[in-house]
Parts: sequence; structure tokens; C-alpha cells
Amino acid sequence: MLAMNYRGPYRVRTEQRPMPEILHPEDAIVRVTRTCICGSDLHLYHGMVPDTRVGSTFGHEFTGIVEEVGPMVQNLKVGDHVLVPFNIACGKCNFCKQGLYGNCHESNPMATAVGGIFGYSHTAGGFDGGQAEYVRVPYADVGPTVIPPDMDPDDAVLLTDVVPTGYQAAEMGGIKEGDTVVIFGAGPIGIMAARCAWFFGPSRVIVIDHVDYRLEFAKNYAKCEVYNFKSLEDPVLFLKKTTDWYGADVCIDCVGCEAEGNALQTFTGRKALLQAGAGTALQWAINSVKKGGIVSIVGVYGPPFNLIPIGNVVNKGITIRANQASVKRLLPKLIDHVQSGRLNPKGLITHRIPLEEISEAYNIFSSKLDNCIKTVLIPSTKA
Amino acid sequence: MRNEAIDYKAIPGWGMDADPENEPTYPMKNYTGDDHNRINYERSPQQPITVEILQSNERPKPPVVFGTSVPPSGLSGIIRRYAFTHSEDRYRHWLPLILADRINVFEGIIDDVKKGHIPNVFAEKGLKATWKHNPQKIVSQILVASVVALTLFSVLKKKK
Ligand SMILES: [Zn+2]
Ligand SMILES: [Zn+2]
Repeated sequence: MLAMNYRGPYRVRTEQRPMPEILHPEDAIVRVTRTCICGSDLHLYHGMVPDTRVGSTFGHEFTGIVEEVGPMVQNLKVGDHVLVPFNIACGKCNFCKQGLYGNCHESNPMATAVGGIFGYSHTAGGFDGGQAEYVRVPYADVGPTVIPPDMDPDDAVLLTDVVPTGYQAAEMGGIKEGDTVVIFGAGPIGIMAARCAWFFGPSRVIVIDHVDYRLEFAKNYAKCEVYNFKSLEDPVLFLKKTTDWYGADVCIDCVGCEAEGNALQTFTGRKALLQAGAGTALQWAINSVKKGGIVSIVGVYGPPFNLIPIGNVVNKGITIRANQASVKRLLPKLIDHVQSGRLNPKGLITHRIPLEEISEAYNIFSSKLDNCIKTVLIPSTKA
Repeated sequence: MRNEAIDYKAIPGWGMDADPENEPTYPMKNYTGDDHNRINYERSPQQPITVEILQSNERPKPPVVFGTSVPPSGLSGIIRRYAFTHSEDRYRHWLPLILADRINVFEGIIDDVKKGHIPNVFAEKGLKATWKHNPQKIVSQILVASVVALTLFSVLKKKK
């Protein structure tokens, strides 16, 4: 079967690899119909996430048709068309039982801080991902959800990560009526967070980024205010000023470890890899939220150390909420939003590229070429 | 002295901050009380361990399932094994892993060549897309590279 193969920073290709096999009685093998490249894949692609081994296959956003099920699988049958949440969750541990599917304790040997994620380095369990023709899906009874017959598969594939992560980012912000919400990052997650933030009743939603075409997209898709921080002398000062010198009620970090905009953060975080990437977005979030405000983090950070202004977190009495999205918990609500037309996830998709051309697909997204927001890869064996 | 069990629930206001409707600072999880069962929940059968997996020393036993994509090997594997003798709290865990990743890239090239495959870096970097959408970038990179090469060439020539 054809699969993506990571060869080192900025180097990927597709090639023939062995078919995945059932390794556990609760596994399924899924034939991929659609798979996306995610902004967080770029952190792997750039070599930012430790224990990303050469020869790995990325891809944690995919839909597919069930080809084979292990002897203990009960809820899925061969032929089902499913969307597969990016978190690998057992459904039985105490974290899963409480709906924290992003924090499962039974899917990742290599780290206790993060649960298993498809195609997301050995730090997230060493699973091969969905940027392939076939993929092994553990705990097939827990995560995979049959796509409703009236749902567009392009909408379905975005329900594996982008929509739930954007939604949860807004939810964790505890947004209340009349709030001003600031979202850092106009990638697919930031745009979706801005879109979902409106569900909670704020009066203003502001998106900050440094790429004009992404801000333009966010403005149209999420109907929000947008600002390019390159045109602002000091983004934190600007945000204070535009909120009556009070600070935003809620700040959401949808950037993670490769933030632009601060030389010291860039050097220590992105060049020397001495902290968990450049924490600029988080720093700005903490410093531009109001006292007693809430900072919600869904951006991905790598190794465990950050030069974040923790003193200001204490002094300002900020609540920080952060997590990988618990996709499974949110799916019923989000499927309803999509089916009722309140959300249009596939509106984010700007590129459809054959799996064979994965090297170009990564470069287009990583280099922000051709006004790319979100890419769907289509294997030639799709249904 | 009497060792009396205090009934905290009698304290006025006990448990008021446990109301999820109260404040968003309340964790939005489905609180079931299971946390206090810790790791004594019913587990699925263990996936057979057929490849070398490196396990965090912050957990007593392997998780039920795990990925088998790239078992540790070579020099990078030796460094990774060392990294996993330290907890996730330490630089000694993460910095060796980052070093191993860099070494692993060279191992990948050697492996490719052994299999008779010379890696096509231009294709792997997807530079065809840069050529199509931002050709100036490629032209300037080629220019810079040629200037560097020419300078090196003339410096080396002078030395002879
Ligand atoms: Zn993703
Ligand atoms: Zn679990």
C-alpha cells in the first residue's frame, strides 16, 4: 500500500509499505478515503517534536471504510464509512470514563503527559497515521464513528480534529455573553475557534496572525475582526487599548510552538530547541487577557519547558485551561451543528491533492503558498 | 485527645465550587468519581509486545495498545534507550531524543542508499510546488548557492 514516509525535517515522500495488520483484538483496519494535513503535522515536519523517527507515517485526521475488524470489535462492521478521532482512547480507563478522551492512559507507552495520537511521533505512542491507503485503528469500538448518510465526507474528515479542537478551544475559554475574545493564530484551528466562539455569545471576536491571506479568510469565514501583528508595533499594547485598557475577557492560543513575532522566543524555542518551541502566542495571551481572565490553549508545544510569564499568571489571577480536544465527547453536539447548517467545516478546505503528491502538499502548507488554508489528501484507492 | 472524624460537609458552603454552572474554572469533564480508583480499572487484554518499545519510566506497565511503526535501531536507538532511563521531567530525557532525531536523518539516508535508492531531496522537499507558486524563492536560493560555491572555489584555488 502507498503511505507517507518521513525522512527528516522538510523531507517526506510516499512509497510502498507493508499493509497494516490487526495487532490487538479490538483493532480495525480502515481503507482511507480522505486525510488531511494539520497545522500540528507541520511541527513534526519541521523536526520540532522529539522522538519523531525517520520512517514514520503521519496523519491524524482521516475518514475511511472498515476493511477488517479484530475478534473483539462489536460496534463496527466491514464496509462502514467512519470518521476517526485523532485521539486513540480505550474508553475504559478513568480518564476516558470522565470524557477526557484526549488523555487516555492506555494508548501511549512513551509518555504519560499525552495520550496516543495517530501518526504523531513516538512521543504520542508510535502509531502509523492516516496519510496512507490503509491504517490500523486501535480501540475500534471507541473512537471511530459512522458518518451519517446525509453528511458530506469533506465535513466528516474535519470532525476528526479541526472542528472539535476549535470548538473546545472556545468552550475552555468559558466565554460569556458580551465577552471580548482574542484568538491567536489564523490557521484552520484558529479560524474554527473564532467561528465556534460565536456560539457562546461574545460581543467581539478578534483574530491575530501575521499572514494577510489567512486573516482575510478568517474574516470571511468566521465574521470576526482581524489584525496583522506585523502592522502593530506592540500587539499586547494594541489589545489593551482596544479593550478600554482593560484586557480581553478570554484569550485563546491556537498557535503553539512555532510562533512568530519575538526574537528571543524564536532563538531559544525554534533554533536552539531549549524550550518547547517559541511561546510567543502564549506570552501574548497571558499578557493581554484581563485580570481574572481565562487563557485557553490548544496550540501544540513540544518538550516540557517554556519561558512563559508564569509570574503574571499568578499576579493576574488568570485561569489557564488547556487540552487536546476530547473529540469523542464533542462529536454528538458537533454532528448536530453540521447537520443543522450552523457549521460548514468543509468551507475551510482550499486544496485537494492526491496522496502521491504529498511532498508538494506539505511544502504548500508549510511555506503558505497558493493561499493554502486546509489540504485534503485523497488516496487513489478511495471509494 | 480524641481523634474525631470531622464532617466537612457540615461546613457552610461546602462543595459550592463543584457546581459546573458556577464558573468556567470548573473542569468540563464528566465527573464520575473514578479518579479515586486510580489505575485499578478493568483493562482490555494486552497487545502482545513483538517489537522493542521504549516505555516512560513514569508508568509501571505498558499500556494496552501501542504503535509499532519504527522500533529503535542504530546509534539513534542507543541514544533513545538512554533517554528513556530518565523521566519526562528531565532535559536528560528530551534533549537526547532531539539529538537522536537528527542522527536518525543520516541513518535514513544510509538506509536508503543501502537499498539502492538515492534520496531525491528536491522531490522530498516538494520544491516543485515552490517553483510553481513562488519561483523567485528558488531562483534566489540557486543564486545564493552559486555565489557561495564560487567563493569557496576561488578561496580553495588561491590556497593551492
Ligand atoms: Zn490535526
Ligand atoms: Zn482510556
